[in-house]
Amino acid sequence: MLDLAVIASNFRFLVLQGLFGVGAFGGGTLRLAIPAIVLGFLLGIGVGLARLARAPWIRLPASTYVEFFRGVPLVMVIFWIWFIIPQLLRLPIPEYGVALTAFVIFEAAYFGEIVRAGIQSVPRGQGEAAIAIGLTPAQAMRFIVLPQALRNMVPSLVTQMIVLFKDTSLASIIGYVDLTKAAQIVNNREIRPFELYLFIAVVYWICTYSMSRVARRFERRTAAA
Amino acid sequence: MNYQFQWGVLWSGQSGSWLLQGVLTTLGISALAWILAAALGILSGALRTVPWRPLRAAAVFYVEFFRNVPLLVWMFFWYFGVPPLLPRPVQDWLFNHGAEFWAGMFALGVYHGARMSEVIRSGIQSIPRTQFEASMAMGLTTFQAYRLVIVPIALRLIVPPATNESLNLLKNSSVALTISVAELTFQTRQIETYTAKAIEALTAGTLIYLVLCVSIAAVMAWVERRFRIPGLIARGG
Repeated sequence: MLDLAVIASNFRFLVLQGLFGVGAFGGGTLRLAIPAIVLGFLLGIGVGLARLARAPWIRLPASTYVEFFRGVPLVMVIFWIWFIIPQLLRLPIPEYGVALTAFVIFEAAYFGEIVRAGIQSVPRGQGEAAIAIGLTPAQAMRFIVLPQALRNMVPSLVTQMIVLFKDTSLASIIGYVDLTKAAQIVNNREIRPFELYLFIAVVYWICTYSMSRVARRFERRTAAA
Repeated sequence: MNYQFQWGVLWSGQSGSWLLQGVLTTLGISALAWILAAALGILSGALRTVPWRPLRAAAVFYVEFFRNVPLLVWMFFWYFGVPPLLPRPVQDWLFNHGAEFWAGMFALGVYHGARMSEVIRSGIQSIPRTQFEASMAMGLTTFQAYRLVIVPIALRLIVPPATNESLNLLKNSSVALTISVAELTFQTRQIETYTAKAIEALTAGTLIYLVLCVSIAAVMAWVERRFRIPGLIARGG
């Protein structure tokens, strides 16, 4: 009953076009997910540090940012960016730009919470000792607190990266040709939804599961060091 | 920016009733999916502890496979992929009774069941074994130990992360718009399509989601405080 021939004959399109973005459509899940993870995390560090700032005019906007985006569905944020950016810039933005902007802004709120919890998990004495031996507060953060905090953050960071990787499938809603959209395109021609969607489920699973595997190995190594 | 705001579109015409229907559908699909997710989470969590390997493996497979694949893919899978394989009468019934709602509910429930299972498992694992041993030493039976010690502690440990996960479920119900379930995000888009007033429509939808999430979080924070055991769980509040 399972028709595997439909997978075999469309394998190249699904994997090359959908996953890697090599082909006529551009697109690609990885081409969206990797920059989104990197930029989202970098912005998240800023948000996390801002939430810990002593000055209320830095802390309160950062807290509002986090609470706002954690209370709104990602789909909604994608639509916001989709409608707002062309209005603001008076020029059309490709789906890639819309999706990347939405993911970075949205996920930075979640990454920010992880960064904040990670920094708070480093004992206060570490920062105080760093100041006492003559480092500036910025140096203490950069050389003493952040390296330890990052190590504590690894498990929740990887979980969030996996969430973000899965969330990139939502870019297909606005027409970005990622793995999910590629399966839809093939399905429109072949009408084999069960096989096709199960196949991309397995592809997604292989990616996310190997991410969690790598993270577990990394955790063990840093714990030993 | 050259944009004419017309907030009136939100309460003129059908917009109001669309938004209301959207909220009700969002709450309905989320509530049903939540029940399914809680049941699957508890069941698979329990199965992971039974002393029979195949059952344990099945539960692990369910959790690892379903939570690591995007919800959107599950939506398409349950809506487009599965119904054609069902017997004819079931298919007919489904397509006469809003198949997209049931497929969406199922996708949401099965996906979040796998995630809920992890929440429940880590909650139970964080109870020190000594609690159980102390109960035994006090002369409680196993059943009494569970009823009087383990479950009350476990519930309190699980409530905060489970609340978080339930809010994720509520927000993720917006993904059901892709299979045209007329929930809140879908209705927001509909208002936008009819009035061409994107910012007003999105503002309304966004605010409703925020109000729903904040009020649920507030109620659960109150529950948490109300049932806190002083000194047991160190939490500010």
